[in-house]
Amino acid sequence: MKLAVLGMDFARGPLVTRTLSRLLAVLSVAGTPLAGAGAGEADFNREVRPILADKCYACHGPDAKSLEGKLRLDLRASATAPAESGATAIVPGRPEKSALIERIESTDKDERMPPPKSHKTLHAAERAVLKRWIEAGAPYEKHWAFVPPVRPPVPEIRNSQFVVRNSLDAFIIARLQRADLAPAPEAERERLLRRVTFDLTGLPPTPEELDAFLADQQPGAYERQVDRLLASPRYGERMAVRWLDVARYGDTNGYLHDVKRTGWPWRDWVIKSFNDDLPFDRFVIEQVAGDLLPEATPEQVLATAFCRNHLITAEGGTIAAEYLNEYAADRVQTVGTAFLGLTFNCCRCHDHKFDPLKQEDFYGLQAYFNSITEKHAENNKAPAYPPLIETASPLAPAGPKAKVMVMQEAATPTPTFVLSRGQYDLPDKKRPVSRRPPEVLGAPLPGAPENRLGLARWLVSPQNPLLARVTVNRLWQQFFGAGLVRSVDDFGMQGDYPTHPELLDWLAVEFRDGPKPWSVRHLVRQIVTSATYRQSSRIVAEVAAKDPENRLLARFPRQRLSAEEIRDQAIFAAGLLSEELGGEPVFPYQPPGLWEERANGSSNTRVYKRSDGRALYRRSLYTFWKRTAPPPLMTIFDAPDRTACVVRRTATNTPLQALAALNEEQGLESAKLLAARTLTENATTPARLTSMYRRVTGRTPAEADLGTLSRGLDTLLARYRAAPDDAAALLRQGATPAPADLAAADLAAWMLLANTLLNLDATLVRD
Amino acid sequence: MHPLHDHWFNLNRRQMLKGAAAGGLAFLGGPALAQLLAADTATTPRPAGGLPDFPHFAPKAKRVIYLYMEGAPSQLDTFDHKPGLREMFDKDLPDSVRGTQRLTGMTSGQARFPIAPSIFDFTRHANQQDGLWVSDLLRHTGEMAGEICVVKSMMTEQINHGPGVTFMQTGHQLPGRPSIGAWLSYGLGSANADLPSFVVMISQGRGQMQALFSHLWGAGFLPGEHQGVQFRAGNDPVLFLNDPKGVRREDRRKVLDMLAELNRREAESNGDREVLARIAQYEMAYRMQASVPELTDFKDESEATLTMYGPDVRKPGSYAYNCLMARRMAERGVRFIQLYHRGWDHHGSVVKDLPMQCQDVDQPQAALLRDLRQRGLLDETLVVWGGEFGRTTYCQGKLTATQYGRDHHPRCFSVWLAGGGIQGGISYGQTDDFSYNIAEHPVSAHDLHATMLHCLGIDHTRLTHKSQGLDMRLTGVEPSKVLRSILA
Repeated sequence: MKLAVLGMDFARGPLVTRTLSRLLAVLSVAGTPLAGAGAGEADFNREVRPILADKCYACHGPDAKSLEGKLRLDLRASATAPAESGATAIVPGRPEKSALIERIESTDKDERMPPPKSHKTLHAAERAVLKRWIEAGAPYEKHWAFVPPVRPPVPEIRNSQFVVRNSLDAFIIARLQRADLAPAPEAERERLLRRVTFDLTGLPPTPEELDAFLADQQPGAYERQVDRLLASPRYGERMAVRWLDVARYGDTNGYLHDVKRTGWPWRDWVIKSFNDDLPFDRFVIEQVAGDLLPEATPEQVLATAFCRNHLITAEGGTIAAEYLNEYAADRVQTVGTAFLGLTFNCCRCHDHKFDPLKQEDFYGLQAYFNSITEKHAENNKAPAYPPLIETASPLAPAGPKAKVMVMQEAATPTPTFVLSRGQYDLPDKKRPVSRRPPEVLGAPLPGAPENRLGLARWLVSPQNPLLARVTVNRLWQQFFGAGLVRSVDDFGMQGDYPTHPELLDWLAVEFRDGPKPWSVRHLVRQIVTSATYRQSSRIVAEVAAKDPENRLLARFPRQRLSAEEIRDQAIFAAGLLSEELGGEPVFPYQPPGLWEERANGSSNTRVYKRSDGRALYRRSLYTFWKRTAPPPLMTIFDAPDRTACVVRRTATNTPLQALAALNEEQGLESAKLLAARTLTENATTPARLTSMYRRVTGRTPAEADLGTLSRGLDTLLARYRAAPDDAAALLRQGATPAPADLAAADLAAWMLLANTLLNLDATLVRD
Repeated sequence: MHPLHDHWFNLNRRQMLKGAAAGGLAFLGGPALAQLLAADTATTPRPAGGLPDFPHFAPKAKRVIYLYMEGAPSQLDTFDHKPGLREMFDKDLPDSVRGTQRLTGMTSGQARFPIAPSIFDFTRHANQQDGLWVSDLLRHTGEMAGEICVVKSMMTEQINHGPGVTFMQTGHQLPGRPSIGAWLSYGLGSANADLPSFVVMISQGRGQMQALFSHLWGAGFLPGEHQGVQFRAGNDPVLFLNDPKGVRREDRRKVLDMLAELNRREAESNGDREVLARIAQYEMAYRMQASVPELTDFKDESEATLTMYGPDVRKPGSYAYNCLMARRMAERGVRFIQLYHRGWDHHGSVVKDLPMQCQDVDQPQAALLRDLRQRGLLDETLVVWGGEFGRTTYCQGKLTATQYGRDHHPRCFSVWLAGGGIQGGISYGQTDDFSYNIAEHPVSAHDLHATMLHCLGIDHTRLTHKSQGLDMRLTGVEPSKVLRSILA
């Protein structure tokens, strides 16, 4: 559940809720409704390992340094052999003889496991799972995510009352049926079009588009809309936003001086790649190793800016070796999270405590990324540091050129060692490492070059069990608000078990080996044309009681729009949006002083100079991203600060968001021009109210809502007709004036009404 | 309908009727929203939140004021008095003292490391021990020697500002972890429904300015509502707080009533309680529009109080102004009040820059301690003062009798604490004769954090959050210790 700003929770006390949700978590682990397992068996991957990993592995797991009593519970051989003490932790089939059971059930606090100092406790339900599992012979399985996916059969749905539009639905419905739930009916057409228009373009539908869809009664009407939207260049802009988060894209270097960098041609490469539906395997290969491809094109070299979007310091006195090591480590972490869904940060300093990832694995990956022709930055004014490419935007090859930092391999690989405690100046000379993928995920591809290109080819190969799963999961999250694996950044043992493991694997194999291999557009089309996606979002209490987090998708989840969508929608509804694609970043409205009060004195991004004209009204993804002071409207609505790879945005609900949506200059100017066009384009009050409401919510207002709005309008008209100065003051918001022929008092009243509508829940949420 | 939902809808209907019957602020024929919401526990954010079982034990302090000196003040010229160095002017720092530690690139190339004794006089101020030597640049602060505990043996591994500040504020040198204020908001929740629980204020200093990053007060992997809210100088202290010109408060009220009426209908049709949370947040925003100007309006402060903080107190955005704001926030229950005063990075001239810098902070911070004390708030407010590292005993650049600069020095520096949970009037830890190495009781940032959390009733090993498969905590994985001997 999302918590409001003060951690408050309504309807129930916070304590009650927490206890309840913990209980539910335990229950679902223990195999009641959501997990759907029988009482007799305990599934190792789904039920047992999460308990062992969370409660035991810290001292009895892969990390050799913190191992207690030489007992490892992650390895069956160790767990079932007599330990130092002589006792045997697990005697398969004999829980009563297993020291593990004795210790977890002990009431003696010196004996009891986990010990008090771990601050962990095992609930009765969890203890029961372990007991059942040992009773059944304590079978271990390899962690599911490290086993390559195999295409599972699509479930047959016998009950024909449910709509199955494609294979995705069969998996979803089969799971719902096991929990005695049914999918929701299809959403109303207006809501559906708004939902899919936002999801595919990041903008709302126009009233004309809504009308056309409502009028199209032929079969395939919805699919025609989907194809229209997928063909729009806005699709690439929409998809790029999330990738910029993953790739930690920013327009400054971060750190002390936070100076301007000119990486934006790479941002345009991302937009173009999505619009061209560049196959995802190539999308990966080119970003990781485009420079190493035979006869690499300038665009393929440009793609490798992905590896250099990290922060860079040119602070006086910084030590070159320390920061070059930092940048290489950042590349490893970004590649690890983006393409493998694994958290490599831990094993930079020590073996992973929960996953079979070793320090050698981290530095084995780092060895791919630490041998480029870069030097420590010293000039704190440079727009880019070598290696770089001077190039125009791939969207406008004839346009202005900019210098972009890219990858270029050095003549000889840098000798790489495990760094003790992760310290750049403590290489352990006894532990040299060579370039290779993490051992638990398999060996390098035979015959592949021992460089980033070899790694990239391995990443996209069927030998890598993770890339396809991680990618379809992240895309699933983009549309349904949560992944099939909720922990999108962690497919390791501490991560969440998939809600629909078969669907995840089916999607992964279909994405990689299906009729349109690695086509993101095809996968997206499959998702948005499914009956699952087309469901109503209405929350039905009986269903919510069974599945409070909507894990099983018995409805479409209502989701607040992203920061970019909120701003873009307002500009679009006002008729202000500039449709220009790509190019140099722009500087929209921003309260004065935000850069000045924080910036370093010698930074070239010390003073914010606002754009003028059409550049004010570009889509938000073109806003200049200063890392030490990101655009306030974006961060208030939960955009990350782009200093590190982020694969998931949380949606908070805070009073600062309310203030921003009510009072920010762009929002107010949009309200003014939305009011102006509404007055100009419609003749009567009901028509005007309906049109304005529809532009922002996509819906036709209900009678009761029209009543509320027209009463509100009357009050506001009276107010501003009596106070022309206030009306004139209000209308001064923004650089674009309203047409002079409209009566100022009436326009002011309509503007405040538009401001209200832009703040409606129905406007801020897609449902 | 599910019983919980039933209860929830009925509750709201009941409240609606109650509000309507009371008449009050009825608008557009709808319920009197403000009143309704004020009475409705279902939608009003309570001054609460926080985690169950927190605090872990009875806290001495309820809140923190962290006076962060960004840029790293010289310990040698403020609190770590080394009179013996006067004899050693321009002598080389012995290699045995300097050891093999890494130096920043700014001085690592120097041919010599000549000792630069402090040029400033020190005065011994009475405390609970044999007195506290404080530079005369900080005379007012020295007068509070009976209240403060100076830790002279702070240390860090960071030698550059970015990672150094980030470490002090988040317990990790790389950006992305939650700041200590966010951790406290997460663990303890808020004590005021009308103000954020974690507030940040920045004042500009005189010396070289380093950048400040919003990640320093970020929530990292904690829920976003725990991030610090920056209060800015001037008449828009919270971003977008003010309604536009031409919109009066009663207009805003009407608009919010209309908005809530529409949103409430939306909630009833789609069954999503998040809509009600949104209504509540708009109401909190409305209350902040009143509570923040009230907070920033000093007209209820006596002349004596204002005088105590010094003349700068009337300049919004000054350190003095922010110190008084800090006291006003403390009174109102803000959990974590973070001040940053910039400009302590005195590579070039300690002699020229430090006096001005100290003048900015000295009187206001002493006044803050006095003011908290006279209002009975000092005992329940933990005040912390310090930067991200210390400065070198040897000179950076050319040393003359009247001129020296100092480079970054991670091996020792001084911070002080006062108020709730802290034993006043003592010092803790010692450096060697050169203020170069720690002679006794090294204290890491994690130790400092653990001690701060302890004063707030929190066992630092139990303030955790699961992220990327690990139970993350402010104080990291290596053992850290609470400084028990400085506790009250």
